[in-house]
Amino acid sequence: MNDSKILGYQPGNSFIHALNATTKMIFLILVSIACMVTYDTRFLIAICILSLILLKIAGIKWKQVSFIVKFIIVFAIINIIAVFIFQPTYGETLYHSRTVLINAGYFTLTAQELFYLFNVSLKYICSIPLVLLFLLTTNPSQFAASLNKIGVSYKVSYAVSLALRYIPNIQESYWSISAAQQARGNELSKKASLGKRIHGTLNIVTPLIFSSLDRIDTISTAMQLRRFGSKKKRTWYVAESFSLADYLVTSLAFILVLVVILLFKVNSGRFYNPFV
Amino acid sequence: MTEPIIEFKNFSFKYNSQAESTLKDINLKINKGEKILLAGPSGSGKSTIGRCLNGLIPNIDQGEITGQCLVNGKDITKTSLFDFSFTTSTILQDADSQFIGLTVGEDIAFALENDCQSKDKMHQTVNQWAKELQIKELLTQSPQSLSGGQKQIVALAGVLVDESPILIFDEPLANLDPASGLKTMAIIDKIQKELNATVIIIEHRVEEVLSQSIDKIVLVNDGKIIADHPTNQLLHVDILEKVGVRQPLYLKALAAANVDLGSIQKLDKIADLPDSDQISQKLTSWTNQISLKKDKSIKQPLLKLDHVGHQYSKHQPYPLQDVSATINKGDFISIVGQNGAGKTTLCRIICGFISNEGKITLKDQDLANLSIKERAEKIGYVMQDPNQMISQKMIFDEIALGLRLRNVDEDTIKQKVNQTLKICGLYPFRHWPISALSFGQKKRITIASILVLEPEIIILDEPTAGQDWKTYTEIMDFLKHLNNLGKTIIIITHDMHLMLEYTSRSLAFAKGKLIADTTPIELLTNPELISKASLKRTSLYKLAKHYSLPDPNKFVQAYINFEQQNWRDEDYE
Amino acid sequence: MNNQKGLSVKSVVAIGIGAAIYVILARFTSIPTGIPNTNIEIVYPFLALLATIYGPVVGFSVGFIGHALSDFLMYGQTWWSWVLATAILGLIIGLYGMRLDLENGVFTTKQMIGFNIVQVIANVVSWLIIAPVGDILIYSEPQNKVFLQGATATITNSISILILGTILLKAYAATKVKKGSLRKD
Repeated sequence: MNDSKILGYQPGNSFIHALNATTKMIFLILVSIACMVTYDTRFLIAICILSLILLKIAGIKWKQVSFIVKFIIVFAIINIIAVFIFQPTYGETLYHSRTVLINAGYFTLTAQELFYLFNVSLKYICSIPLVLLFLLTTNPSQFAASLNKIGVSYKVSYAVSLALRYIPNIQESYWSISAAQQARGNELSKKASLGKRIHGTLNIVTPLIFSSLDRIDTISTAMQLRRFGSKKKRTWYVAESFSLADYLVTSLAFILVLVVILLFKVNSGRFYNPFV
Repeated sequence: MTEPIIEFKNFSFKYNSQAESTLKDINLKINKGEKILLAGPSGSGKSTIGRCLNGLIPNIDQGEITGQCLVNGKDITKTSLFDFSFTTSTILQDADSQFIGLTVGEDIAFALENDCQSKDKMHQTVNQWAKELQIKELLTQSPQSLSGGQKQIVALAGVLVDESPILIFDEPLANLDPASGLKTMAIIDKIQKELNATVIIIEHRVEEVLSQSIDKIVLVNDGKIIADHPTNQLLHVDILEKVGVRQPLYLKALAAANVDLGSIQKLDKIADLPDSDQISQKLTSWTNQISLKKDKSIKQPLLKLDHVGHQYSKHQPYPLQDVSATINKGDFISIVGQNGAGKTTLCRIICGFISNEGKITLKDQDLANLSIKERAEKIGYVMQDPNQMISQKMIFDEIALGLRLRNVDEDTIKQKVNQTLKICGLYPFRHWPISALSFGQKKRITIASILVLEPEIIILDEPTAGQDWKTYTEIMDFLKHLNNLGKTIIIITHDMHLMLEYTSRSLAFAKGKLIADTTPIELLTNPELISKASLKRTSLYKLAKHYSLPDPNKFVQAYINFEQQNWRDEDYE
Repeated sequence: MNNQKGLSVKSVVAIGIGAAIYVILARFTSIPTGIPNTNIEIVYPFLALLATIYGPVVGFSVGFIGHALSDFLMYGQTWWSWVLATAILGLIIGLYGMRLDLENGVFTTKQMIGFNIVQVIANVVSWLIIAPVGDILIYSEPQNKVFLQGATATITNSISILILGTILLKAYAATKVKKGSLRKD
């Protein structure tokens, strides 16, 4: 029952663990945006390799992330097939040329389409190692402080921290309620009909939601009694100062963004086009 | 020393959402440095008084105020919640709602963070209080890894950083095992002395609170203060039980043995009771006149546990292991032990919610092959919080749910549900929406919804936690009634007197192991078991010891028999 | 009473707890319909409930934080266009929710119809406009593919909220029923 398969912080003492959470967050956000914007194949491959190396440095084991990777691969394949089925000629339009590889009527496969699909998959996967790295090496306590430091209001930052604080409690409630409902005779297995499953899920979800919502009042009272929200700012018990490594990593992130902007000029657009 | 720090003058308060005033014409003075017990049944208004002292009224709860309430010289209608927070610190009943940080250290620092203190200063303050309360090794732990007692202490540390002159504890004992409860009371006492703080404890468990000295008891009922006396004086007046607050047991036992309480000068501590041969003799002769009926009936084995265990994860320090026991038909069993000792795990195993090592058989049938649903027809499980069990809007539908999901025809359902409603004393309410019911009634609904499936065994997780004496009696008498009808009942509990008064057999757990399977009385005579399982002796035992009775256990048993004589089944017919 | 600027403390907590519930619901309560990749998601009816109770800001934030957090914690990746779409869904329903009075147990048939009209509009805006357009801008995916995905989401999520959302809202209003009008019989 606690086979929850949710990614979480794993303490360690690598160089990456030691980095300030804010640094890691800035790096993650900037590089993700860079990967989102560009379609330059060389840049995407470079980031892919870099982030795999980082995973290695952080000492992350395959089995810690294997279930995610498998899921992403399945998702990426389905999505790529869908993209191909809907518009097999999309690559030609993007790259302004046509090199037929397999001739099959509507489903004619061109080198351009294949290259486009390759780029799409790269975009899906290149930022994943970075996210995994962030989740597995960052103490959730520092999450809120870091969000606040990069400019998110402290109230919203604290809301994120509260969410992380109460996810395990609500998950525990979910399991207990679900078990009690199954004992009442609620069947959620695939054998049951759709109507029954909807009904069954509602019987679990309603008490879960209502008993959790009851807590909002108590928790907000407790926070107000301890002066949350009374000032325009707040400090953080877990905040950490920047070291030289932090400045270097942050600079690297900005450099990567600059590279993407430069690539825009070089490629005259988002796409790197090897066909012309 | 005699300046009042808190003063209510002809104070009344009516919540906007309610038709009638919750507090009616309150007059109350509390002096600086006093330690007060604010007692009263649920809904009496005692928590509302607390909410005036920390400024939640009128800053958050809106309503009409007449009269005046001054806290540390400030009128509550003219003071902001922010200003109040430096005057009054509150430890809420539900530690899980008060402990909001991701780690202990962060939570203690929460108020300081909101004051924009520098990081170094915060760490210094947090360390100082963690040392004071002996929780330094917990600073980096998460709330999920702490026991109920530890959470309570963290919550206390989190408000002590303010060093406010007034501390309010809202039902601090509600969710603690007996040993942790005693420890919490001792810590409150220590802190109060060090800070010379004014302490107000809102509780209905008078006996446990009196384990430390209390200056004054203020008794609240129906929105009015009906008594406001020094502790000893109040105990001389027979008033607690008239409003549904349980009197300390040793006093009830003395009264039952015809000892004149009025003639004893100090009643608030057993140790201070006079050494009198006359009282000793009265207690001894009273013990002897009560007949101890031995249970000689031969029990039929029902449920057999054979080397049962479960481990949640490899890192779990004390997984449940190697539990073997036989539960007989008609047993009324209490499962006791420290928070996290494996009590709930065992119940979940029996119900099939989690997998297990070992073998469980019910009437020689191996349960391993039955689904949760099939097991539920033989073994019912009632969760602690009824709100987590109730999924329907109307009472009838809630109780019928299990039958409907088993495709029973509607006529049979109607007949069975009505029959169950009658057994549970809920028949007059059958067309009510559940939201209109009290906690005790909701609890009965959840028991009824299990009962309707006609299980042989019913397991209840802390059925009376946090309930006042009236609700406690209502729930427990109902369970006893079911037991008399032949149902086998197993409850998890922290309440020692409940264990003694209602159950006939106890399973004690410590660190994942079953350490005792015996009668409740036997369990509480073994000092080693008491300390291992975080239990505590009742005051009856201490009283017997104080008067050097020849057989203290017999005295305890005699008192329990005496109480049971007053019990009737008739309320449910 | 609330003279501070910005979010009230209650809203902050509602966002935090709401997002935590969102993550758990997203993780455990999808109901497969039998059509591949099409699930009845309880999270959207839940979001609708929360947005109607606590308003547009909480609706938006719970949608945003809840969706992003649950994606990251489960898949290590998120699709920002869809995160934004969920947030907008919460925002629009929350705006309409300001006109309702669920806290006092009121949820009339007329309001029920109004709620459902608004939620369908919100679903169209989110899944048929924001999510696909975002996919085109961010991932340069073919238009017909993303719009078909968007249309499917619009339909399933509208139906989810129509049935489950309405039930949840009605049930919530029922728990707020005033006492005093009941008689034993």
